[in-house]
Amino acid sequence: MHNKSVAELSRDLESGKISSVELTRQFLGRLEKEDEQLNSFITITEEQALADAHAADEQRAAGKATPWTGVPFAHKDIFCTNGVATTCGSKMLANFVPPYDATVTENFRKAGAVCLGKTNMDEFAMGSSTESSYFGATANPWGLSRGEKRVPGGSSGGSAAAVAARLVPAATATDTGGSIRQPAALCGVTGLKPTYGRVSRYGMIAFASSLDQGGTMARTAEDNALMLNVMAGFDPKDSTSIDRDVPDYTATLNEPLTGLRIGLPKEYFAGNLSAAMEEQVRGAIREYEKLGATVKEVSLPHADLAIAAYYVIAPAEASANLSRFDGARYGYRCEDPKDLLDMYTRTRAEGFGTEVKRRILVGTYALSAGYFDAYYLKAQKVRRLIQQDFINAFKEVDVLMSPTTPSPAFIQGEKTSDPVTMYLEDVFTIAINLAGIPAMSVPAGFVHGLPVGLQIIGDYFSEARLLNAAHQFQQVTDWHQREPQ
Amino acid sequence: MQWDIVIGLEIHVQLATKTKIFSGSSTAYGAEPNTQANAVDLAMPGTLPVPNEQAFRYAVMFGLAVNAEIERRSVFERKNYFYPDLPKGYQTTQLERPIVGPGYVDIDLASGESKRVRIHHAHLEEDAGKSLHEDFHGMTGIDLNRAGTPLIEVVTEPDMTNADEAVAFAKKLHGIVTSLGICDGDMSQGSMRFDVNISLKPKGSDTLGTRTETKNLNSFRFMEQAIAHEVERQMDILEDGGTIVQETRLYNGDRDESRSMRTKEEANDYRYFPCPDLLPVEIDDAFIDEARNSLPELPDARKARFKEQYGLNDYDAGLLAGDSKLAAFFEAAADRGKDAKLASNWVQGEFSARLNAEEKSVADSPISGEQLGDLVVRIADNTISSAGAKKVFEALWTGEHDNVDAIIDAKGLKQVSDTGELEKMVDEVLASMPDQVAQYQQESDPKKQKKMLGGFMGPLMKASKGQGNPKLFNEILVKKLGG
Repeated sequence: MHNKSVAELSRDLESGKISSVELTRQFLGRLEKEDEQLNSFITITEEQALADAHAADEQRAAGKATPWTGVPFAHKDIFCTNGVATTCGSKMLANFVPPYDATVTENFRKAGAVCLGKTNMDEFAMGSSTESSYFGATANPWGLSRGEKRVPGGSSGGSAAAVAARLVPAATATDTGGSIRQPAALCGVTGLKPTYGRVSRYGMIAFASSLDQGGTMARTAEDNALMLNVMAGFDPKDSTSIDRDVPDYTATLNEPLTGLRIGLPKEYFAGNLSAAMEEQVRGAIREYEKLGATVKEVSLPHADLAIAAYYVIAPAEASANLSRFDGARYGYRCEDPKDLLDMYTRTRAEGFGTEVKRRILVGTYALSAGYFDAYYLKAQKVRRLIQQDFINAFKEVDVLMSPTTPSPAFIQGEKTSDPVTMYLEDVFTIAINLAGIPAMSVPAGFVHGLPVGLQIIGDYFSEARLLNAAHQFQQVTDWHQREPQ
Repeated sequence: MQWDIVIGLEIHVQLATKTKIFSGSSTAYGAEPNTQANAVDLAMPGTLPVPNEQAFRYAVMFGLAVNAEIERRSVFERKNYFYPDLPKGYQTTQLERPIVGPGYVDIDLASGESKRVRIHHAHLEEDAGKSLHEDFHGMTGIDLNRAGTPLIEVVTEPDMTNADEAVAFAKKLHGIVTSLGICDGDMSQGSMRFDVNISLKPKGSDTLGTRTETKNLNSFRFMEQAIAHEVERQMDILEDGGTIVQETRLYNGDRDESRSMRTKEEANDYRYFPCPDLLPVEIDDAFIDEARNSLPELPDARKARFKEQYGLNDYDAGLLAGDSKLAAFFEAAADRGKDAKLASNWVQGEFSARLNAEEKSVADSPISGEQLGDLVVRIADNTISSAGAKKVFEALWTGEHDNVDAIIDAKGLKQVSDTGELEKMVDEVLASMPDQVAQYQQESDPKKQKKMLGGFMGPLMKASKGQGNPKLFNEILVKKLGG
């Protein structure tokens, strides 16, 4: 059961092979056991899950089932869930129970899916390894199977590890600089970051407002399509949400790829990319040529500016977004504050972890008087140039492809002493967020025994094409089906 | 040393939309604390702002009413600082591209001249919550009902040169926003708040002096006092050879004192940047046209109409037309009869005096314009004397009765104006007072004569049981006494 995809489980439920309650029990039992080592979940909602499963069975009996009715999954702990702790991986919100649902949460609820719990993440989504979580690091199941403590990537490391370990067939995630795609690559699963504005950000705790996007994580492209069907859509509660029809992303999965024009940005096949990684990814791209696609080299001339621009813009927005965490109305508050200033300073000193504080300081600095023009304004101008690079590229090709990461999963603690080496993990993913375009990571094989990902990047609102390309690849490869022991 | 005073104003106008500028919470005044603040207002994690279209409509109407350019693509910025009445830790406001550009308002000076006060811009922003410092045992209570209420902040150029001009502008602005219906103008409820920027410079000099800002004045009187106070404070410093510190000050109207709130050095760096949760708001021609077509009568147009329709002079028309509630009250009164001037006198006189004495606004008046109008009609047609009218007014005001004629009957205030009857009474009284008659007729000084007439009024009023028309009595006396 635990190896089955959402699509398969949905069929089993529909055919009556198993009830939602029974299915949920099985998944919960396995989850509780396996997550001891993994630490991919912050909260497991056993009672609620069984209640939801029961309701799902009733819905099915009444003939009102959707493809998601009764299917177990998990939410990254960044999506507010009414009545269930939503911590964002931080001490600051360790005691926070929202009285409202994120729109994404509500969508899955309405679809009848059964949430088993909230997955672990880097604190406030700031990180690429899930090591900064207040609730401890999550282990990469591929590392565990070799007796090693490796990172699952981040910030959606909990979701990626849980899906890879088959604790759930699918989990929601978010991506601001690569936080879906990078952990998907490091854990050998399939993840998609949609076009900015495709998925509502209401109730999705904000890190960098102009970059954050909720997205999908599962083992197959088909499951990602099923997830996106539920997650995408206009939300009047989110002013940056786009009013555009949501196609059925599963309807076009089987379109042939003949004539697909693939561009390989030369800047993404350079730098600190290892030879082994490059070879594996080029091998994956050759499969596409066999499927009828054409490949050519393109250029993203401003690619080398992406990390710098991102690490000005994202912290700047975060510095304002995190100002609300002050101990006054909810969340952590320091003990016995002497006065207002004491409450503010000690609450934030004690409630936030190191990386979060680091980024708040950087962001505040970049916005401050005398520095705004040189940093924030300049970075936004550079962002426009980076976006234009992609717009130009998509005049010549349909999709871009690259490795998702420069290397596979590293050992825990390896990159925590120098923040910049951690930031460089996102070198191939980060420009995509700056431009707001969609991108996926698809399992593309193994390097030194650890999974690696192929990144597929598309033009605005081309999610259907990306999923189609990923699905076709998964018909002729089986990387996505490999299971860590 | 002679000084020029330079004054600029920043006025916060609370918009009378039903809901807040970025959330669906009610903006109604007077609710229990923290009952009108939803997850968005409380800045709970993951919540997002959604702009209120009506707030933009009101802002555009305001811009049109002050002859300003409307920004077609206005942007919201975040103004960052920490304070408990500001849940997000930033205020969403406008900086680079405010919705209303440069405009102007013409004010009437006491001299009768008109002066143009330029408006630098007006922008939309959200109000903060309220900090309540009493009743909390040394702590401060935070009420977030107000947090998120839409405000228009109007910033003028430093065009005013004294307190009178500043007050005249403030009143004019009050009249405009209330006439437009975009603000209820209730300053006691904080619907309009004034910040005054004041600097002094040597008379005739071109160089502006250092200015100070006095914040949060919520009445015209306090504004006037605060200006006088600050001008004196600055003058004392400058004449002693000192320099003005650029700072923000708070004025206490009850004690006529001010204190420094923060200096420029202590001022926050607000780190403004465009709010990434909100898109630029595009205003098209259709929106502006619709707003323009919905503009109600503004004070200047109303003043011109009052002059024409009611034959009022410039001063009276200006005073009555300036405040939309007062104007409506006046019109209701004047339309009951044909003597608009008399109605105007009563509105400006007895009515306004009584409102002031009881610290009421027109909205709180216990009598309606129609009732006052009926009273005026009965004065104009001589049914009652002015003494009688005062009694009727009192009865209406205290709620003794709501009908003018009923009060007149009940109190027997109908004066006798039949000249035949009155002449008979005068004859009788004069006949009964031959000595006084002789005295009067022998008196050569007309002033002394006039005074003597008073002596006959008593007996005449007694004879007529207080109902004789005093004016007519007077005329008849003079005629009959001759001399």
